[in-house]
Amino acid sequence: MKFRGLIFANLFRKKVRLILTVGSFAVALFLFSFLAVVKGAFGRGADIAGADRLVIINRISIIQPLPLNYKDKIMRIPGVVAITHNNWFGGVYQDEKNFFPQFAIDVENQRKVIPELKVPDDQWANFVKDRQGAIAGAKTAARFGWKVGDRIPIKTTIFGGASTWEFNLDGIYHSDRAGGDESQFWFQWDAFEEGVPKTFKDHVGWYVLKIENPDDAPRIAKAIDDMFSNSDFETKTETESAFAAGWVKQFGNIEFLILTIGGVVFFTLLLVTGNTMAISVRERIGELGTLKAIGFGDRTILFFVLAESLVISLIGGLIGLGLAALAIPVLGAALNGLLPSLILSPAILSVGLGTALLVGLVSGLLPGIGAMRMRVVNALRRV
Amino acid sequence: MVRVDGTGRSNSLIQVRGLDKTYKRGGEEIHVLQGLNLDVDKGDFVAFMGPSGSGKTTLLNLLGGLDVPTRGSITVAGDEVTHMSASKLTQWRARHVGFIFQMYNLIPVLTAFQNVELPLLLTKLSKSERRRHVETALGVVGLSERMNHYPRQLSGGQEQRVAIARAIVADPTFLLCDEPTGDLDRKSADEIMNLIIRLVKEFGKTVLMVTHDPVVAKLADLELHLEKGLLVEAGQVQQNAYAGGAA
Repeated sequence: MKFRGLIFANLFRKKVRLILTVGSFAVALFLFSFLAVVKGAFGRGADIAGADRLVIINRISIIQPLPLNYKDKIMRIPGVVAITHNNWFGGVYQDEKNFFPQFAIDVENQRKVIPELKVPDDQWANFVKDRQGAIAGAKTAARFGWKVGDRIPIKTTIFGGASTWEFNLDGIYHSDRAGGDESQFWFQWDAFEEGVPKTFKDHVGWYVLKIENPDDAPRIAKAIDDMFSNSDFETKTETESAFAAGWVKQFGNIEFLILTIGGVVFFTLLLVTGNTMAISVRERIGELGTLKAIGFGDRTILFFVLAESLVISLIGGLIGLGLAALAIPVLGAALNGLLPSLILSPAILSVGLGTALLVGLVSGLLPGIGAMRMRVVNALRRV
Repeated sequence: MVRVDGTGRSNSLIQVRGLDKTYKRGGEEIHVLQGLNLDVDKGDFVAFMGPSGSGKTTLLNLLGGLDVPTRGSITVAGDEVTHMSASKLTQWRARHVGFIFQMYNLIPVLTAFQNVELPLLLTKLSKSERRRHVETALGVVGLSERMNHYPRQLSGGQEQRVAIARAIVADPTFLLCDEPTGDLDRKSADEIMNLIIRLVKEFGKTVLMVTHDPVVAKLADLELHLEKGLLVEAGQVQQNAYAGGAA
């Protein structure tokens, strides 16, 4: 491209200004990437939720239990294929900062209802036989360097005072869905029932059920909630994705917050870059007039201005996204599993770069049109 | 042969007929040029003189297709310039006009080579062909050794020589010089004028020059004065004295 030399020479005319403008793009894109990754982490549960699964919790709140004997009644509703139940354990491994979710699971039905979390059959068989057995997600196992056969002590904070429960790590599960949660720690429901005080026995935290046809979800949910209305333990049944979305909403409207911050960041960036490009064009009106005089057309002049702002946005965008790619794994590790995996996906990178280029284009457009329209004789007086 | 009475040959290189230029300032109309006629043949060297505000630069802008007249016509090498669209006019300028400005108007972030190359970027010449043309032009103005220097690394006279190289590199039909020595000391001005005269004598270039400097104006084949919006012939001048003396 024969104009490359001219475009780059103009670009590097004011190096400090170039660095600051590119820096603005880099910071904005870094922030955008981080916010998008956090939003993705919060929303991932809903995104990958099974369409054929319903979650049943206590109508009051998820921390209120449901009776274990609901299970058989629910199974009798037409369209329900399988049901499993879990309970939150909330224990601490070594230090409170080492958070990861621990669930007592229904060994018999877990894999029927949640088949995407894969455990090798031999490991599962050992787990089923071992009352103190446990299965850890691959991410949590990697985080603490666990391997099958390790003894994992977990101190309970909810059930039975400050006692420590010892588990044998019998297996490690992987998710076969991209971005699936591999941070959980499972142990046997029977072990849970044996260890907790009497008041907690025969109660579950929530049920997860698999249904035959996702289109039947509203009917089945209504049937379940109607069945237990006016009881001591009324239920709230919803699809797994609605449940996951509701879980995120407990933290506030994350999406709105992130979109607002992202919008403000990009709007500010637009003002900064637009101002920079306007100053840059104003400073060399005489030069642009000279180019026009010697035969450069209006569209070529517009192209020069747009090319400069696009190159600035491209370089800044790539730096920002590159920094994000380096920093996000570090930030993810620092969060100690408080959030699901922070994934800087190709979609986030594409949207980020696309937005940066759009900002570059818009910010160069007004000064570029001004330069395009200026009269040569007026511009030459500004030399 | 330059004529200002509108009786020039029909095949003159530049033919101006009944040229008017009127500006509106506030509610007032200012008639800068009024029915101006001019005929310039290939290889002519004309100097335009006149007091400030007499319309010298306006005339140069009109001849160079940078501005449009209120009335009248300008024909260059058979092309009627006054009715061209803006984009056609831009293409026409690139092909036919070489501009030399008082303040050189070089792009400060480009080297002498890159500045001279600018008009060639609008052509279909290959990179190696462009290089050859630029080296030739810089050779003509005696700056082959300075092609990688930036304007700030050159003297005023050298900058103007780069500007002249830029003006001639695409081999335009004619050169328009707006006070080419106006920002130079006498020695540098002499060098620039010698170069312009050489372009006329040796390379057959047609040059139209605006100047305030009577010494410089006398170097042209013909000195024309702008008075009340019309060109008035000041008389033939001795052409070769300066060039011969300097040689």
